[in-house]
Amino acid sequence: MSVKNHSNVICTVCGCCCDNLEVEVKGNDITKVKKNCAMSLSKFMNFNKERNLYPMIRNRNKLSEASFNDAIDRSASILSKAKYPILYGWSLTSCEATEIGVELADYLGGVMDNTTGTCHGPGILGIQDVGESTCTLGQIRNRADLIIYWGSNPVHAHPLHMVRYSAMSKGKYRKGRKDRKVIVVDVRKTDTAKIADHFLIIKQGEDYELLSALTSAVKDNEFEHREVSGVPVERIEEIADMMVNCDFGIIFFGLGLTMSVGKHRNIDMALSLVRELNKRTKFLIMPMRGHFNVTGANHVTAWQTGFPYAVDLSKGYPEYNPGETSAVDILLRDECDASLVVASDPISNFPTQAARNMVKNPLISIDPHQTPTTLCSDVVIPSAHVGLETGGSVYRMDGVVLDAKKVVNPPKDIRTDVEILNAILKQVKRMKG
Amino acid sequence: MSKSIKVNLITGRSLAQGRTKELGKLSEEYLNTVAVCEFNPDDLKKVGISPGQNVKIVTNFGDVIVKAIEAKQLLESGVAFMPYGPWAEFVINPETHGTGMPSYKGIEATIEPAQNEKVLTIEEIVKILLRK
Repeated sequence: MSVKNHSNVICTVCGCCCDNLEVEVKGNDITKVKKNCAMSLSKFMNFNKERNLYPMIRNRNKLSEASFNDAIDRSASILSKAKYPILYGWSLTSCEATEIGVELADYLGGVMDNTTGTCHGPGILGIQDVGESTCTLGQIRNRADLIIYWGSNPVHAHPLHMVRYSAMSKGKYRKGRKDRKVIVVDVRKTDTAKIADHFLIIKQGEDYELLSALTSAVKDNEFEHREVSGVPVERIEEIADMMVNCDFGIIFFGLGLTMSVGKHRNIDMALSLVRELNKRTKFLIMPMRGHFNVTGANHVTAWQTGFPYAVDLSKGYPEYNPGETSAVDILLRDECDASLVVASDPISNFPTQAARNMVKNPLISIDPHQTPTTLCSDVVIPSAHVGLETGGSVYRMDGVVLDAKKVVNPPKDIRTDVEILNAILKQVKRMKG
Repeated sequence: MSKSIKVNLITGRSLAQGRTKELGKLSEEYLNTVAVCEFNPDDLKKVGISPGQNVKIVTNFGDVIVKAIEAKQLLESGVAFMPYGPWAEFVINPETHGTGMPSYKGIEATIEPAQNEKVLTIEEIVKILLRK
């Protein structure tokens, strides 16, 4: 059996998009992975488990095998008849697939939304409010001497982030952990907090207050209170001094900020803190994006419509108002009448009330795996894994574009997201004339 | 003696959840690592249950049965943690406050002992959602 070793393979799990994996393939099976984390090892060695291996259409409340053409026809028919369909997902597929998704949503007069809404959507709203002082991860590796993780637990969610890009990375000017200070701010003593130089445990939901207090301390203002968000004022002043006196600092923020009370206002405050710090030193900020190509979904949607997610195209022009035009809100108001889900599992990740409303109307899913979303669907079209069975462009969390590789062939008759979406778009155009 | 307690519920990513979702969402490993709630050991004592026993989590938005475990990453007493996934979705606050983002963290919840009640499987959750 032929053995092929692939190097510099892009990992398609989290937003780090590590681009140095080594993968051994025997025949058409992945037999070994190196330079991996626990999540990438799990994906690369198990991606064939619980696969959808043929298209399915629901008849009498049961999903039954169907031909590819019948599944495309049924999907196009559902979408053509819908008055207000949602096209959702896109963070675990390529930019090329999202590009076709935008065209399809535009043609249908539907809503184009990606998983940003339940991830870093508030971060984007904050950035649109205040502006962002940011950089690439390479700059952090080479130059950063102060690294702050706020409401983020990379040891669990981005396992190689600290090794490749921040605290432990070997850069040109910062050679490793001893050349950098690490601060973690969280409501629990996470595994990331355990390796920090300074850990601030704060009261849940009081991030805004602490960010505001730090901004005030950076401005050398006096405090009337003895503590803020459970942190003594002396400690706040100590951390503010460290921030002001560093040469090159960064805040990596996670969902602890975007999902807690305040949401985008927390991000506004974090960005404002960084703006204030830039009067005294060099300071940057970056969201810890979750899925491997959620950043790409934002970029592609933004090039094509002007907005990064939650884009309503029903009026013939793009309208963007998260809270109104976002998938979760539309579903909670029970306004959509069909959904197409691509490379995502909203039934597992949306509030149950929103999931119920998604399921009660026709639901089409395109996914390599069986998931709660495919099990609840009316049409299921299996797809090839991007970054394993097909290539494509993906955006790392810092906006650097990488070329995901194909290392094995997909199962027989399994198409790529691009092929499937093109087939649906072609058929929708035919049906709608 | 067992009784209910009030906690501040947060949901989030865990490495085990990130690993087992790649094994398959119908897998036993996924159920065992995601249909759980982590507590401070003192809170488990207050509810009167041992790690590994089931609890019922009740919020203004729904309820769900999951397995209680001792937090591997220290939680203060009064805060509970659930990994993202279909079980947490029953109890989170769907309110997006005009941002598109539901409130996945900071949900007032009541924890009750439920040693004799069962955790729903993915197949059972799908059946509930498919009920018209």
